[in-house]
Amino acid sequence: MAQAPVKHVRIVMAKVGLDGHDRGIKVVARALRDAGYEVIYTGLRQTPEMVVDAALQEDAQVIGLSLHSGAHMTLFPAVVEELRKRDATDIVVFGGGIVPDEDIVELKQLGVAEIFTPGTPLHDIVEWLRHRFPEGP
Amino acid sequence: MTVRHSLSGTELEPLYTSEHLSDLHEELPGQYPYTRGIHPSGYRGRLWTMRQFSGFATAEQTNQRYKSMLANGQTGLSVAFDMPTLMGQDSDAPTSRGEIGHCGVAIDSLADMETLFGGIPLGDVSTSMTINSPAAILLCMYMGVAEKQGVPFSRLEGTLQNDILKEFIAQKEYIFPPEPSLRLVVDSIEYCMKEAPRWNTVSISGYHIREAGSTAAQELAFTLADGFAYVDACIERGLEVDDFAPRLSFFFDAHIDFFEEIAKFRAARRIWARHMRERYGAQDERSWKLRFHTQTAGVSLTAQQPELNIARTAIEALAAVMGGTQSLHTNAMDEVLALPTDRAARIALRTQQMIAHETGVANSVDPLGGSYLVEHLTQRMETRPRRTSSESTLSAAWSRRSRRASCRWRSPTPPSASSRSFEAGRRIVVGVNGFTSDDDDGELEILRIPLSLEREQVERVQEVRGRREQARAARALDQVRRAAASPRENLMPQHPRGRARLLHGGRDHGSHGGRVRPLHREGNNLDEGFRMTTELRRPCTPSGGPAAPVLAYEATAARAPVLAADPPAGAPGHRIPRRHSESLI
Repeated sequence: MAQAPVKHVRIVMAKVGLDGHDRGIKVVARALRDAGYEVIYTGLRQTPEMVVDAALQEDAQVIGLSLHSGAHMTLFPAVVEELRKRDATDIVVFGGGIVPDEDIVELKQLGVAEIFTPGTPLHDIVEWLRHRFPEGP
Repeated sequence: MTVRHSLSGTELEPLYTSEHLSDLHEELPGQYPYTRGIHPSGYRGRLWTMRQFSGFATAEQTNQRYKSMLANGQTGLSVAFDMPTLMGQDSDAPTSRGEIGHCGVAIDSLADMETLFGGIPLGDVSTSMTINSPAAILLCMYMGVAEKQGVPFSRLEGTLQNDILKEFIAQKEYIFPPEPSLRLVVDSIEYCMKEAPRWNTVSISGYHIREAGSTAAQELAFTLADGFAYVDACIERGLEVDDFAPRLSFFFDAHIDFFEEIAKFRAARRIWARHMRERYGAQDERSWKLRFHTQTAGVSLTAQQPELNIARTAIEALAAVMGGTQSLHTNAMDEVLALPTDRAARIALRTQQMIAHETGVANSVDPLGGSYLVEHLTQRMETRPRRTSSESTLSAAWSRRSRRASCRWRSPTPPSASSRSFEAGRRIVVGVNGFTSDDDDGELEILRIPLSLEREQVERVQEVRGRREQARAARALDQVRRAAASPRENLMPQHPRGRARLLHGGRDHGSHGGRVRPLHREGNNLDEGFRMTTELRRPCTPSGGPAAPVLAYEATAARAPVLAADPPAGAPGHRIPRRHSESLI
């Protein structure tokens, strides 16, 4: 990852829901940091409102959500809905965790940009972001 | 020749001979220090308990699954609770939204617990309950059901996970701060010593530590250190070691590196036995014997070609059996996608039955005893945790007196060596970064938890709350509150069975019930957020030495008071911003 760090893409990473499985999100946070992005990790047990608060305060362009408890069909769309309420739908939402394929289709229809499931190489996530934000990290 | 490493990063020789064994004493199974097993006859006397962890949706649906699994030859029950239950929340709490019945069964009240065990005689079955922060309360509910069935507590067999220390280290389902949490654990140990002597009071768990990214040696080090912390706490309470230690049990992960895992189990027994006898002066042999449950490694399962997980699980289960486990859960192939379907759960159980009845591995005790490789790995595994443990005693392995939870192992955040080698393609995971198929997803049917269930469970809890006697409920909660304020009082008898009908969600969200203050924000940095950029913005080591190139935790002072936690020596500073800390509860 030799690219010069450019600071203008900020990503708020958040654990929504009640589960404490934060290894994945921390590994992803670190990989994105290493790829040059600025990452703000909110910690565990964030409500959709808290996540959107953080994203607005931080002027983030991206929200990355992680959830392993199965509540993704409720909580991921709730974040998108909260962004809509606050007129902030320009913020891109992506997620990761144990999410079955059919749910991914539905989540995308509901406005979640991408879902990464277990076993995804970190490189793929970085590539996806580069594609979404070609002007730099 | 290229260097080869175990999954945990141990360098391996191409060949092991007697020269690799520094001092191999002839030791027999059933003899101190029990490297070769705690029973002289191994599994000939009794097979391990096949205990499939299970729970989903409502108490009624889970009850049906239990009955079906028992009818299929499962020999013990193991309850998986949903997230709100694990966090001591009622199903109608706003933060329970979306979580109800998803990763376990929703239990809000004694009424739910009665449904869960309806038609299952608690005197004849052993039950394990994976519950930690509210463990004491769920135990009371279980006892409430037993009482109703007319089963005396002295006949109750089973295990309460009740291991709060690993929650702070790895799983993070804590509610109260360390000290009062530990008090609840000791209270339940003391209570069961007298009232339910066949009940395993704590299942000291390495599983979660391993799944959160530790190595095998770290799993051992932190788990055993937690075990010793409970022993210390009980002794401090004035209990005799031989009165409670025989009822402490363990829970380990069986990962995919076959020989390393077997060595880990063998070393665990040896270390525990030596400490219990030599350090704590335990006289009763039962205090020396480390008994453990094993679960195959969830983290080793792959979403790609999920049927391959059957094979992975079989290999891991075989390691657990060769390591002498007392009970075993085999993961279902679809657990990487959702909770298991009936069919997947049955295949997982059948895998254990094949190992038990077809392979012949249960015929002779400790079949790998004397193997140069396994004995060598066992020796290494014994010395490694000792080193890890002493290095990390202050920072990680739990100093009881430290109210601050600076208790995680060194580097949970950066990817482990094994995931780095996976990313770099040096470690192949079949179906993921090697031997992939285009049509790998197949048509695996998965268990769906309908969202309508949420409404039903919310109605159920509100109904129970509506019909209970409010004045009695308030009095009972008040009594618990007073007992909690008096440090010499054991809280367990304050949760008598009748009162278990109270909702366990003391953390109420309305006008009902009492409120248990969620104290865990104070002095606890484990679930706080941080900001990461490519620069280290300030030196991170307390000594002013070179900053560990791991993470820059930048305190965003504008909105976050800085925690004054003691950073472990050499680790990055823990001055982590407490973002949104007020509203986090």
